[in-house]
Amino acid sequence: MGTPAEHLHDPHLQHHFSDRRQQLEAFKLGMWIFLGTEVLLFSGLFCAYAVYRASHPEVFIYAHRFLDKTMGGVNTLVLIFSSFTMAWAVRAAQIGAQRALRRLLGITLACGFVFLGIKGVEYQHKWKEGLLWGTRYVPQEHAAPAQTDHEAAAELGAPAAPVVPRNVHLFFGIYFVMTGLHGLHVIAGMAVLAWLLLRARRGDFGASYFTPVDLGGLYWHLVDLIWIYLFPLLYLIH
Amino acid sequence: MTSADAASSDHSGALAHVVPWRLLAGVWATLVFLTVVTVAITWVDLGRLNLVAALLIATIKASLVLLYFMHLRWDRPFNAVIFVATLCFAALFITLALLDTTTYQPDLIPGYAPAIKP
Amino acid sequence: MTDAITTPAPAASGNALAGANYLNQERGLRSWLFTLDHKRIGMMYLVSILTSFLLGGIFALLVRTELLTPTKTIMDAKTYNQMFTLHGAVMIFLFIIPGIPAALGNFVLPLMLGARDVAFPRLNLASYYCWVGGAVLALVSMILGSVDTGWTFYTPYSTTTDTAVISMVLGVFVLGFSSILTGLNFIVTIHKLRPEGMGWFGMPLFVWSLYGTAIIQVLATPVLGITLLLLALEKAVGIGIFDPALGGDPVLFQHFFWFYSHPAVYIMILPAMGIISETVSTFSRKHIFGYRFIAYSSIAIAVISFLVWGHHMFVSGQSNLLGVIFSFLTFMVAIPSAIKVFNWTATMYKGSIWLAAPMIYTLSFLFLFGIGGLTGLFLGSLATDVHLHDTYFVVAHFHYVMFGGTVIAFLAGLHYWWPKMLGRMYNQRWANIAAGLVFVGFNTTFFVQFVMGAKGMPRRYYNYLPEFMPYHVASTIGSYILAVGFFIAAGVLLHSLFRGKPAPANPWGSATLEWQTTSPPPTENFAVTPEVGDPYDVERFQYDASIDGYVVTRGPLAAAAR
Repeated sequence: MGTPAEHLHDPHLQHHFSDRRQQLEAFKLGMWIFLGTEVLLFSGLFCAYAVYRASHPEVFIYAHRFLDKTMGGVNTLVLIFSSFTMAWAVRAAQIGAQRALRRLLGITLACGFVFLGIKGVEYQHKWKEGLLWGTRYVPQEHAAPAQTDHEAAAELGAPAAPVVPRNVHLFFGIYFVMTGLHGLHVIAGMAVLAWLLLRARRGDFGASYFTPVDLGGLYWHLVDLIWIYLFPLLYLIH
Repeated sequence: MTSADAASSDHSGALAHVVPWRLLAGVWATLVFLTVVTVAITWVDLGRLNLVAALLIATIKASLVLLYFMHLRWDRPFNAVIFVATLCFAALFITLALLDTTTYQPDLIPGYAPAIKP
Repeated sequence: MTDAITTPAPAASGNALAGANYLNQERGLRSWLFTLDHKRIGMMYLVSILTSFLLGGIFALLVRTELLTPTKTIMDAKTYNQMFTLHGAVMIFLFIIPGIPAALGNFVLPLMLGARDVAFPRLNLASYYCWVGGAVLALVSMILGSVDTGWTFYTPYSTTTDTAVISMVLGVFVLGFSSILTGLNFIVTIHKLRPEGMGWFGMPLFVWSLYGTAIIQVLATPVLGITLLLLALEKAVGIGIFDPALGGDPVLFQHFFWFYSHPAVYIMILPAMGIISETVSTFSRKHIFGYRFIAYSSIAIAVISFLVWGHHMFVSGQSNLLGVIFSFLTFMVAIPSAIKVFNWTATMYKGSIWLAAPMIYTLSFLFLFGIGGLTGLFLGSLATDVHLHDTYFVVAHFHYVMFGGTVIAFLAGLHYWWPKMLGRMYNQRWANIAAGLVFVGFNTTFFVQFVMGAKGMPRRYYNYLPEFMPYHVASTIGSYILAVGFFIAAGVLLHSLFRGKPAPANPWGSATLEWQTTSPPPTENFAVTPEVGDPYDVERFQYDASIDGYVVTRGPLAAAAR
């Protein structure tokens, strides 16, 4: 057990831990376990994706073309950049660079808004076009937009127009649940970032106490990690 | 000086390793590059290997985020063990479910099922 | 902060009812509702889960009463479906999953580690409120028409029935968080808060079992979360991934569901086995046999439990390939459990058996869990399962392991740690009588169900062929005997709160650290840092008639006492 003197002088040391290092390691361990549970939560959705893509590849190949690769790519770059600023913010907290910390947290939060904004545009487009799940799906009359050059070239050699597969809505059901759940996690991460920003403004963080920034950062990176897999699996199907 | 810094005056040594800025920037640049590669590779027709390539690049990107942004490179190894373990269990789940569904596809009655509620 | 100067000293026997203890050091409702003390949180959990057990038990008695006659007895078919569904859902999600880890584990784990609290006390309180939130949602579901799908919520019936599936499923989702937070807390506590001198192989086996349980809680529960979320979305907005008319796959739901729910049954049994390791050693007055084997087997069970979920799906349309894989793995998972049973039995051999209530329950466990585990093998074997699936054989099997296993071990643990938690001894004779009635009632209720099931009586059926009536009548009578046994057991424990003899610090002569503090403990757990040694060296302790308890006779603490 830590000496009573240590406990008295250090407001950040909780009474059941013996020293700050043990406490920090315990918090990090706890956070990694929590991130593990999030991975397993999404694993169910990746399983559904794998199962339906394996048994109905034609649905995925047909339907994914309705997704805008550019928007998806931009969102990927936005999240990667926000991970960079977040890791940088943790560093700033650790060296006591208060202004940098506030700015970097702010930029990371702003990236979250950009991400949600782009997703909002994508969702709105799909809602308008009827590219939705289950019985809400409206069969598309016009061809899928934004076919890349090589697909168009290949099609010149194709004998007839591509056949529209049945149950196209399966793709959109999976798309909306995966990106929707991911989006909810982005919102939760942004709430954490906002709270960290408020506390950083109050001067709560510095070289001797940066745990919340560290742990909040880990959560934000997880949100990025999931998107790193969602992007190619949903947008870049060949 | 903030209250947090004031309390640190009686602590010797940093509580944890601080990542150098250049390293963070370098990792970020690599991630951007790999993202470009991910998109560019869809222009090349590798058949079924396209999926493998996409997942492989995604895994490299994820590893960079995990090791450097999320600090696993310098953390206690058990944290990494936890994460890898969750991936293994997720892989177990997906593999067996996938194996089952693909194996029984030929047994399914051709045509599609009627609606449950008319 | 320890304030040794003004706190009245405990009695020489180590009882602190008159002095300062965690129950009286702070008073008022708010001090309980906002507590961060793991002992108080454990107590709140205990009251909550016992109340759920009562509710689930009432549903069970209603089900059994309806089954007295082959046709309608006291309710119609739809109500019957709701009754057995609620019995299952309440018992599993509100009682047995939180059960031992939340109620007993929360109280005992930090004490066994000589620690002041768990790693994250606020998360601990949050986990309790998640339980409360989930329970409230489940109650809302019951008011809104409850559920009639069976606790397994199989699609496509669950997505098309008009009962209140969504609220029940959301309630279970919230309860899942309670389980995850408890597991997370325990893993970090065990990794980080062990005392000097207690390595991994110096921990009590109850701690090992909680560790294995926590691994499962953390890895499996999120998959249940996504399963329930998908079910709720399917029902609410028609996503379509489980609907065959829309190209979906209802068997996929079963894969999703059982990936959690099979490991879940090991969440139920592992901590129970941990309790048995403690009681069998203490009440045989002998060191546990095969400590490392039991420790490793806890982890083995935790890992292998994830590999067998398909044995619930042998006749669902699952491919034969997977049937074979899962059947083989199911036989493997029985091995670590059997290793434990052998080690417990070997512990008793040449021991000095003390037939106190915890030991009566322990012996019951060995017999009942043995039967339950062995009958699982019949179900794990593909050919026999085709005949036994969805019959009363399955019902009997899982009641033998969950009830005859977990609940009996829970009662053993409750009677074992009762003096420590509440500072009172209870009436041994009546506690033993209750234990005997529970044993008799249990076997009467469930043994005949093996026979019924093998003869073809299906489970969850409201009407049945008249040839099964004698079995059902016997089973129902057994359930009434069980109820009487439980009421007597509850009466014994409640009576002890008012008239029980004050308990000494170590009434049973156990060597684990929780017995080195007063009964009940103070809020900070230990006034004097406990001495870490071999947790099964019970021979270090001798009975002292003057305090009607055990005192240590070797080591620094013994020297200090002299």
